[in-house]
Amino acid sequence: MKAKPENVLTGSHYLDGNHASAEGAIAAGCRFFGGYPITPSTEIAERISQRFPRIGGIFVQMEDELASMAAILGASNGGVKSMSCTSGPGFSLMMENFGLGIMMETPCVLVNVQRGGPSTGLPTLPGQADMMQARWGSHGDYEVIALAPDSPQESFELTIHAFNLSEKYRMPVLIMTDECVGHMTEKVVIPSADEIDLVERKYTDKKPGEAWPYEWNGKSIPPMLPVGKGYKFHITGLTHDEKGYPVINAEAQEKNVRQLIDKVKKNADDIIWLEEWDTDGADIIVMSYGISSRVARPAIAKARADGIKIGQIRMITVWPFPEKRIRELAGKVKAMVMVELNHGQVYLEMDRCAAGQCVTAVVGHSGGTVHKPDDIYKVIKDVVK
Amino acid sequence: MSTSVEPAVKKEHPMEKILRMDRIPHIWCPTCGLGTVVTALATALDESEIDLNKVAIVSGIGCTGRVAGYMKLDSFHTTHGRAIPFAFGMHVARPDLKTIVFSGDGDLVSIGGNHLIHTARRNADLMVICVNNFIYAMTGGQVAPTTPITAKSSTSPFGNFEHPFNLPLLAASSGAVYVARWTALHIRRLTKAFKEALNKRGFSFVEVIAPCSTLYARRNKLGTGLDLMKFYHDNCVIKHGCDLKEVDIDYQSKIIVGKFVDIEKPTYIDCLNKGYKQVFGDKYKPYGGGDGNNGN
Amino acid sequence: MATTEIRITGFGGQGVILCGYVIGKAASIYNNQHATMTQSFGPEARGSACSAQVITSDERVLYPYVTAADILIAMSNDGYTMHKDSMDEKGILVYEKDLVTPKKLGKDMKAYGVPATRIAEELGRKIVLNIVMLGFMGAVTDVVPMEALRKAVQSSVPEGTEELNLKAFDRGCEYGLDLKGKGATKTQEKAAL
Repeated sequence: MKAKPENVLTGSHYLDGNHASAEGAIAAGCRFFGGYPITPSTEIAERISQRFPRIGGIFVQMEDELASMAAILGASNGGVKSMSCTSGPGFSLMMENFGLGIMMETPCVLVNVQRGGPSTGLPTLPGQADMMQARWGSHGDYEVIALAPDSPQESFELTIHAFNLSEKYRMPVLIMTDECVGHMTEKVVIPSADEIDLVERKYTDKKPGEAWPYEWNGKSIPPMLPVGKGYKFHITGLTHDEKGYPVINAEAQEKNVRQLIDKVKKNADDIIWLEEWDTDGADIIVMSYGISSRVARPAIAKARADGIKIGQIRMITVWPFPEKRIRELAGKVKAMVMVELNHGQVYLEMDRCAAGQCVTAVVGHSGGTVHKPDDIYKVIKDVVK
Repeated sequence: MSTSVEPAVKKEHPMEKILRMDRIPHIWCPTCGLGTVVTALATALDESEIDLNKVAIVSGIGCTGRVAGYMKLDSFHTTHGRAIPFAFGMHVARPDLKTIVFSGDGDLVSIGGNHLIHTARRNADLMVICVNNFIYAMTGGQVAPTTPITAKSSTSPFGNFEHPFNLPLLAASSGAVYVARWTALHIRRLTKAFKEALNKRGFSFVEVIAPCSTLYARRNKLGTGLDLMKFYHDNCVIKHGCDLKEVDIDYQSKIIVGKFVDIEKPTYIDCLNKGYKQVFGDKYKPYGGGDGNNGN
Repeated sequence: MATTEIRITGFGGQGVILCGYVIGKAASIYNNQHATMTQSFGPEARGSACSAQVITSDERVLYPYVTAADILIAMSNDGYTMHKDSMDEKGILVYEKDLVTPKKLGKDMKAYGVPATRIAEELGRKIVLNIVMLGFMGAVTDVVPMEALRKAVQSSVPEGTEELNLKAFDRGCEYGLDLKGKGATKTQEKAAL
């Protein structure tokens, strides 16, 4: 399905990442936004609040982030594409109901504009230190999808992509951007509506009384049931069976949790989106995501000018982690370097997948600004030695 | 369909239309008040002739939180304290449905207290049923923000010495347009209150005092659930429209019940539509729910 | 110029951020370049120092922050003092003449001053001083073509204020062209101090 022309602000705009993300949501057909103000994510909410009343959407400034996450799940189960945005402390508060969204298999999009932490940390400055919280922040065992844009243009595009993935895989999808990209203003080209492909929600084609909310078959993603149409279905955050009814035993848990994990793991090739440069025949590969992948490039160019055979991988999808590709490359290269605005979070995954096949290193950073390309260059040179 | 002689005894449960018979028996203890409250809601739904396809029910966590699972409606069993914001999202997405929140005192006024007051403040068109058994029952009888002073619980073994919430006063002062309190004993009046709340536009709040025999009654040596029902019988005073400052509940003393508030006030969506209409004029298309894309 | 790093500084309320936005928009939307704007988001209240950064380039901007400003637009003395040392050795200082007192400049630097606040006041709205600065900058530097800047002003200011803002822009521009025409350089400027 294509985007609706009335939802798409076709043209060239000079926008920051947060505004671009809001436009992406609108283009994707989002019509419910529940959020709570928090720096540096607030511009998303502000733009949505400005745009929604005239296009039949509802923006609600909720009482807190707990309510925001719960409300978007309620609205999404009501059949409306829903979204929230937050940052650091708010992300922590949302984790409880993020897990409910995972368990209930409810599509929605949550943007975390990462700032420096822990705690209140650096509200106005960038970080990428919530990456493991994104992966494991809610309790229990599950898989997530997290995307990391590196520019306002990509903030627009990935927000649409996040809605598409959330509908396709019937789960909340995270956009793990950061203050730098969120507050960075650049040209954003919004294409015409017919150039934007949308994944619409798949509802059951069975009649009421014949359909259940979780018809897991190990292959396809079960269609959802619409409210208000007589299906009278039940869904719960408790471990449940195909009917959505609570079942409190190990067998039901195995089946339920397996579904949550397998739908991402088995479709990892479809979900994972990488950008690679010069990885074939490289001795060193620099991996990174979001803003860090951008500032790594001058350093890589400088190392290449020194005669180093160096390639780059930019993870557009950070979770699920590109395990297969990293294992494959680790056997061919001498070293892999992760650049991220933390002291080694996604690095741990890279190191695990490299499994001793090559040297690994992280160019860590406590956040508050982005890496200086020279600092990355120095680590590359060290690793070469 | 054949039209043979009808059996003398119908196999059908009288509430089969509204209860999920495949989920019965329920998990509640014998003499728990919840069954009665659920029956009252089922009766109210049945008698109000509301289209059951257009009713959604949302619960949080706790003994009362299990209600959603037993109602044959679109039903959502959410996280602890978050039933109201989940229901709020559902309501805003689908204002054509009647969305009911059915949960307990710990869920709605302790962990979920902030959501209760803010959703009442907005006067969202939700019906909230709060079953108050003075205790956290599902987790084994801990003290609650509703536990009367001196009542014992597993975490107030020497008695509770904190002031409890006065729920009708809380709901009314937060902005609810319909506020009533009954007990699990007052089945007919409770059913009537539910019918009124179902038909009310705006945030309605019905507190239902219900016996927890296993934990609250036993810990406080108050007898069985039946003894608590007798206590309600002897100690409830009906005072419709009374000053809500008077309806505090002290340990084992008078319980004032009745319909306290029943006023008209524009709902959350009414206010949005009115406000935007004033700003945007006739260009503004009133919000009626759905996704604005496919009229879902 | 392949890549130009610009820092705009002043105090909150002077329109520092809009100034950066207009330059970036002029370069990227109206001149087909790449332009990345960032801004300092501190706990600054109205009246305290704030700054915006724009990097324009013929190629994609990778590192988003200014490392050595090719152009420093200073609308307050505090902002100037804070950022003067991070200028490129061939940098150009564009400053509000009545509010900023430039110190000794490096030998390859240039400085151009404009009484932007006074000009804005003459136009009846002190608030357009940032647009006067923009017109002035457009005249004394070659970072973005004047026409692109003018278009960006027109499409960025609040509806109904276009005329006033364009007038402010043109006045700033005229002042700059005049100054350049007189061959004013660092030396003359210094003599004027």
